[in-house]
This record gives sequence, structure tokens and C-alpha cells, in this order.
Amino acid sequence: MTLLQVRDLTVTFPTPRGPLDAVRSLDLDLEPGGALGIVGESGSGKSMTSLAIMGLQPRAAQRTGSVRLHDQELVGLSEAELRRVRGDRIAMVFQDPLSSLNPYYTVGLQIEEAYRAHRPGTTRRVARRVAVEALERVHIRDAARRVDHYPHQFSGGMRQRVMIAMALSTEPELLIADEPTTALDVTVQAQILDLLQEIRRETGTGLVLITHDLAVVSEVTDHIVVMKDGVCVERGPVEQIFTDPRHAYTQALLDAVPRIDDEIGELRAVTPGAAGDVGQRNEQNGGAA
Amino acid sequence: MSTPLLRATNLVKEFPVLGTGGLLRRPDTFRAVDDVSFEISAGDTLALVGESGSGKSTTARLAARLLDVTSGTVELDGEDVTRLGRADLRRFRSEVQVVFQDPYSSLNPRHTVERIVTAPLLYQQRSIPGGARAFTRALMERVGLDPDHSEKYPAQFSGGQAQRIGIARALAVGPRVVVCDEAVSALDVSVQAQVINLLRELQREEGLTYLFIAHDLAVVRQIATRVAVMTQGRIVEEGERDAVFDAPQHEYTRKLLDAVPRIRPEWERERRRNAALAAGATA
Repeated sequence: MTLLQVRDLTVTFPTPRGPLDAVRSLDLDLEPGGALGIVGESGSGKSMTSLAIMGLQPRAAQRTGSVRLHDQELVGLSEAELRRVRGDRIAMVFQDPLSSLNPYYTVGLQIEEAYRAHRPGTTRRVARRVAVEALERVHIRDAARRVDHYPHQFSGGMRQRVMIAMALSTEPELLIADEPTTALDVTVQAQILDLLQEIRRETGTGLVLITHDLAVVSEVTDHIVVMKDGVCVERGPVEQIFTDPRHAYTQALLDAVPRIDDEIGELRAVTPGAAGDVGQRNEQNGGAA
Repeated sequence: MSTPLLRATNLVKEFPVLGTGGLLRRPDTFRAVDDVSFEISAGDTLALVGESGSGKSTTARLAARLLDVTSGTVELDGEDVTRLGRADLRRFRSEVQVVFQDPYSSLNPRHTVERIVTAPLLYQQRSIPGGARAFTRALMERVGLDPDHSEKYPAQFSGGQAQRIGIARALAVGPRVVVCDEAVSALDVSVQAQVINLLRELQREEGLTYLFIAHDLAVVRQIATRVAVMTQGRIVEEGERDAVFDAPQHEYTRKLLDAVPRIRPEWERERRRNAALAAGATA
């Protein structure tokens, strides 16, 4: 039984030079408890994909195709219906935890409110217990006291734990993490990645991890989709992508990654034009449209 | 041993803590850089690595004389430059230049490439050899940019190209030392590889000396000749690059290296084997 099945997902923006596909004909599959990595450089459409799965693409954009969570089709749902799915069955963690938390409220209150929004009729006392347990699950020490602290009283890594705690409080089936460790120091990143693995193992929550960092996906995910210019150029089990990449772009990308364990003679740069910058993409797209 | 080109001795930088101090009371201070010493020989690259708040960027700014030290000395080629006056500082700036992390915010968006890269010379009241246009074209070629784009604005370039403009501006005055403060951190991996290659090439061909500030240890491995590891304002370990990476002595260095995500070496070996096979099959 597939947890997430995306078919022919396309997100189109109107531009003065004609429609531009930020994501084009994308298929994704994720089994329950699985971890899917979406990797790409800036402008590859990886973040737009994560937004479009949740129906959070910008208003100007048009989304077509199919997004199924178990047997429920999400494309075509009303905003009210979508809100019931988001934050409940699908939760999301973003890059910058500070801008996702309200500085004026304690983290406990924010987790409680998020939980009660999805579980109407929950008493404050129960919501409070959920919040403390959620913080404990992400290994925040002294959770019963920390629940009354404000976001600025937490370090960057701790804030990202709070965000993950909030995301998990409703026991979602699917967690979408968009560059969750990019803003964090490397030692903190390692802790957060371990935490995501642990949660997946223990709760069976499916994980979609969006990142530019190939080493991170190689450690965390079991299937990988490589995106460039809004299109999937290659997909497969993680070992296959890293040992036998078939697409020239994947090969060039893997060649370009600096390695900590060895100095690679001359870093091979991805061929010009394959670098996926937005200017070039618009030109290419404008030509095609 | 000959005099190192750039030497920092017992650098200390303290910042006042906001909201402390009063009419008769000195404000509390926070020590961002705490007794840091290092030397860089001509043609070498010393990488200062550490996590956020380690003091590595502040140290770089002290060495580049963008910030005044609380105590300690900075020497360039044996000359104490810690307390240079205006005119002498100008001379120092023609020897030591800085490339910053975000090319867009460090380049004036309203100025053309030509105006940006010739500005340091004008500021130093030096004439532009061969005229602004020819000078800019030559500089753009050196950093791998199309010289026909000298009249364009920063926003018209991609991130990697914009960083090349930042490097061109640094090179305009003919410096001996270039301080790279997270100069490749904001770039996509493919573009990052190109800019690292450019920096290595420039060093090889022109004998530049780099002080390279970075949090990404994999990048540091590609470019450094020596590495200094900083945490909490101090250097805890300093040595030859491979020695630091392959046999780290300090507990913090080991912790830092262990935390870096890695692609499994056995996968890497298999990929290289497969790539070689594929190349052989098509040859």
C-alpha cells in the first residue's frame, strides 16, 4: 500500500514570456515508513514540489496532476478539507525554525494550539501533556519546564527540534522536511538527522527529505529523485544512484561534490548550461513555449 | 624560516554586551576572539574552520583590518599593521583584500561591473592601468567572465558569476593576500566547484595567499594547505591539512569531523569503477 503517490504533478507560473513549469510531470512514490530524498540545486523545483504536495503553491501558480495520500486524492480538495490534512496527516518542517515560530508565544502554547486545531474538543490539560511528550520525544531535556519557554530561549538546533516536535504531535503519516538542517551547524545537523531516522524507525512516519546536500540524502533516505529545471532526471534506490548514476547531470553533480576524505584532483564542474540557473531556464522555457 | 606573509599574534576582540553598563559602569564584554595566533606563508592557504559563533569570521575581519583589535598584533610581511593611520591603511588595502559570502549583497546593485571592479583603485587614488575598459576586460577574463558583459549590473549575473565579480574586485588592486570569508558557501555545488577551481588556479598562477574562512570541512579539504580549528574564540588545533583531517588531535576536531555527512566510501569506489567501465566501453 503506497503512502504517497504523486502522478504527473505540474506547477505552472504565468510569466511575461509565457507559461513556465516550475515542476513538470513529476511522479513520486513513498511506502509507509520509507524515506524519499528529493535532491537538486537552486531552481530545480524541489521546494515547489514539497509545497505543491500540500497544496501550498503560490496563488499565481496552477497545479495539475494527482497527489494521493493512501487512497485520498488531495488535488481538487477545498481549502477547508486541505487544512484538515495539513498538519494532521501530513506535517512539514522548513529550513528556518525561527521564522516558523511565533516569538510572542511559548513553544508549549504553539504546540498546544496546533494540536487543538486538528483535534477539536481537546482540553488544555490534554494538549499540554501532548506538548510535553512531543518535546520529550525529540529529546529536549527538562521538557516540563522548557515547554513554558519562548522561541528565543532555544538555540537553532533546539528550535528545529521544537518544530519537529510540533510536526509530530498529531502523529502524521507523512513528514515533509525541506532543507531541515541547512541553517544548522554540522554537529547539530548530525543530531537532527539522527532524530529524523529514529522517528521514522519508531513511528513508521514516511519521510520526504528535500535538500541540495547529496551526502545528507545518501545517509538518510532509501530512494532518491534527482531534479533539474523542474523535471526528474533520474530516480532509484539510493545505492544505485550513488554507485551507478545513469544521467549525465547526476554524474556531474556527484563529481562536483567536495569530499572530506580526499582531495579530488580537479573538481569537475557541471557543464555550463547544466547548472540550472533560473535565467537560463527561463530562456530555455521561453524558447519551448 | 622566512618571515610569514601574514602573522597574527595573541589577537583578542571584545564586544560590549548590549544593555549592560551605565554612566559610571563599564559595560560587560563578550570575548569573541580569545588569544588567537597564526601565520600564513606566501602562496599558502590557511583555513579557519569552526561552527557559528566560533569567532572565525571576527578573526578574519581583524586580520583584514576591517575591525580594530582589542589587543594583539597583525603583521604583514614583518610590518606591524595593527594601528595604521588612514594613508597607511590604504596601502595595506592594496595588499590585503576580502571576498565575502553573499555576492549580491556585497556588490553595489546600481553599479556596472566596470564601476565595481575599478572602485578600489579609485578609492586608493591610483590610476587605472590601460584605462577602465581594457582593465576591466582583462580582469573579467582572468576570473572566467565574458569581458563583453562589463557594462552589466550584478543582478544580471547568476550567483556563481556574481561571486567571480567579487573575486575580480578583490584582485583589481593586485593584492598579495585574499581573505575569503565563506566565499563559496552560498553557491550551488556545481558552481561552487567552479569557483574553488578558479581560486586554486589563481593561487597557482599568481602565487596568491589565502586566509580561507569556512564552516564546510569538505570544501576546506579541497583548498587548504593548513587548517586551524576554532571554537569559542580559540584555535584548538592547527596543522598541515592532511594531518588535521586524517589524524585530528583535539577532541573537538574529532567531533566536528565525525559529524560531517559522508557518501559511503565503498559506494564512491564502485561509482568510479562503473564510470571507468562506461568510459572504456564508449572509447
